[in-house]
Amino acid sequence: MRGDTARMGQTLAEKIIGEHAGHDVSAGEIVVAKVDLCYVQDGTGPLAMREFRDLGRHRLAMPERTLIFLDHAAPCPRQELANDHKSLRHFAAEFGCKLFDIGEGVCHQIVLEQFAAPGLLIVGADSHTCTNGALGAFGTGMGSTDVAVAMATGETWFKVPETIRIDVAGKSSPGVHSKDVILHVIGLLGADGATYKALEFGGQGLTELDVSDRATIANMAVEAGAKTGIFPSDEMTKEYLAQCGREHEWRELQADADASYERTIVIDMGSLVPMVALPHYVDNVKPITDPDCKGVTIDQVFLGSCTNCRIEDIRAFEKIMHGKRVHSGTRTLLTPASRTVLLQALEEGLVDSLVKSGVTITTAGCGACVGVHGGILADGERCLATSNRNFKGRMGNPNAFVYLASPATAAATAIKGELADPREFVS
Amino acid sequence: MKQNGRAWKFGDGISTDHIAPGRFYHLRSNLEELAKYTLIDAREDFPGGIQPGDFVVAGSNFGLGSSREHAAIVIKLAGARAVLAKSFARIFYRNAINVGLPVLVCDTEEIADGDRLVLDMAHSRVLDETTGKRIECEPVPAFMREILETGGLVNYITKHGGFAK
Repeated sequence: MRGDTARMGQTLAEKIIGEHAGHDVSAGEIVVAKVDLCYVQDGTGPLAMREFRDLGRHRLAMPERTLIFLDHAAPCPRQELANDHKSLRHFAAEFGCKLFDIGEGVCHQIVLEQFAAPGLLIVGADSHTCTNGALGAFGTGMGSTDVAVAMATGETWFKVPETIRIDVAGKSSPGVHSKDVILHVIGLLGADGATYKALEFGGQGLTELDVSDRATIANMAVEAGAKTGIFPSDEMTKEYLAQCGREHEWRELQADADASYERTIVIDMGSLVPMVALPHYVDNVKPITDPDCKGVTIDQVFLGSCTNCRIEDIRAFEKIMHGKRVHSGTRTLLTPASRTVLLQALEEGLVDSLVKSGVTITTAGCGACVGVHGGILADGERCLATSNRNFKGRMGNPNAFVYLASPATAAATAIKGELADPREFVS
Repeated sequence: MKQNGRAWKFGDGISTDHIAPGRFYHLRSNLEELAKYTLIDAREDFPGGIQPGDFVVAGSNFGLGSSREHAAIVIKLAGARAVLAKSFARIFYRNAINVGLPVLVCDTEEIADGDRLVLDMAHSRVLDETTGKRIECEPVPAFMREILETGGLVNYITKHGGFAK
C-alpha cells in the first residue's frame, strides 16, 4: 500500500482492480484481486476441471458465481465432445455451480444478460471475456489454470494495465455500425498494439452507442492484444440493466478526469465507412471501397458469435434483407447469440422473414465461429463472418478464407454474392 | 539446466489457431493426441520432426488469439524446451508460465532455422552454438519466474495455500 501522497486520478481499470485489491493501484503494479464472477466454456472447461481437482480443494470459493457454458460445440458433433459435456454436467452437479446447457447461447452474451454489472471483476476461460466491459465491468480472458485457481480461491493476480483511451465523437452514417468502429481501431493499433493494456472508451459519441454496440467493441479489444476493453457506466448501461430486470445492479462508474493514459486516440464516427478485415489477420482492415474488396465472391455468410448476433444485429441484417433472397451461390447462416435473442427475433417476426429469404437458422451458441461445427468451409472457399477472428484455420479449414465485417455488410454481401457495401441498401 | 536443441523457425503472428487448430477441438481432453498436431497449420513438418529439447523460435505476437491453454500445453508435450519470440500475446504468455513452459522474449532475427541452441535460464540467455552468438533475453518477471520454477500455477498455489501476499 502506498502512503499519504495525494490520490492520483484513476482509469476505469485502476479503479476496478483497486476496489478488488483493497487498496489504490496504478499501472504496472502486480496485485492480487478478488474475483466477482468466473466462468469456463466447453472447450476450456474440461482442463479447468482437471486443474481444479489437482488443487485438491473440495469446494468452489463461490459456487453461485461460478458458471459453466456448453456453447462451443452445441449440440455435440462428436462423441469425444459429448463425453466432455457429460463430465462438465457432472462437475456442475457435484460442486453446485450453474451450468448453461446447449442452446442457451454464447457464454459472454448470457453473462451480459444475467450477471455482468458495472464495477465487477470477471474472469473467464475464453479470450472474449472482455465483452463484459460493455457494462463497465473489468472482464478478462485467461487460460483454464488461472480460472481454475479463481474458482478455488476466489482470487487472481494481475499486472495493473496501462490504458489507451479511445474517445469516440460524431455519429455514424447509415450503413456504418459499431463493428466498423472497432475494426477501424484494430487497423490503427495493430494486432499487438494494445498488448498487456486496457482499452478504455469515452467521449461525446458514447451516447450514440447502445450496450449492444459497446459489446461489439469491447469484445474485439483482445484482437488488438488488450487485456480488456471497457466503457464507463452511464444512463445507457442503466437502461440495459433495467431491460434485463437488474436495474438495482447499476452504479455510475467513470474514469477520473485527471486519469493517466498511455495515449488518447480520437475516432470521428461520422467519417467512417464500412470496414472489412481481410484474411488472415484481424488487423488487415480495409474500407469496403478498397480495390481488394472488389469482386470478391463469397460462398458463405455467417451472422453469429459473441461479437455480432444480438437482437440489434439481427434487426440490422433483416432490415437490408427484408423481402429479398440470399444469392444462390451464398449459403447464409444465422446463429443467435442466446436463446433470449432467438426468442425476441421470433417475436419480432425477424426469423420468419429471414427464413423466407433463404437464411438458415442454427442453434444459439458459438456456431461456425470456432471451426468445430455448424458451417465449416471447404478448400478455397471464402466466408464473410460477423465474428471476431479470421486466422488461418479459424473456421475449421486452413485452406479457406475468412473476411470479417458488420451485420449490415453481411446482409448486403448475402444478397449480392460478393463483398458488398451496405450503404447502397440504406437510405 | 543446459540443453542443446534445434531451432524451429516461425514467422510473426502465429495464432492459437495455428498451434492447436479448432478442427482438432475434439482432442482437447486427449492432450497427448492433440500434441501430434502442434503448430501444424504454421509448419507441416514440425509435429513429426520435433525432438525433445528443441526450441520454437518465432517473430512477434506469438500465441495471439484464443485463451486455449492447450496451445501452451501441446508445445510442451511435443517436446519443446522453450519458446523464444520477439514478443508474445498476453494470454499465451501467462498460460505458458502456468503450465511450466519457458517463454523468453529476445531478438530472434539472428537465429536461423536448424541452429543448435542452448538455454541458460538462470541468466536469461540463449547460446546459438551454430553461430557462436549469445542472445540476451528479457528476464521473466520475478513473480512469474517463481510460478515457472515451482512447475506451474497449480503447484505454486498448492505450495503456498493460495497467492503469497
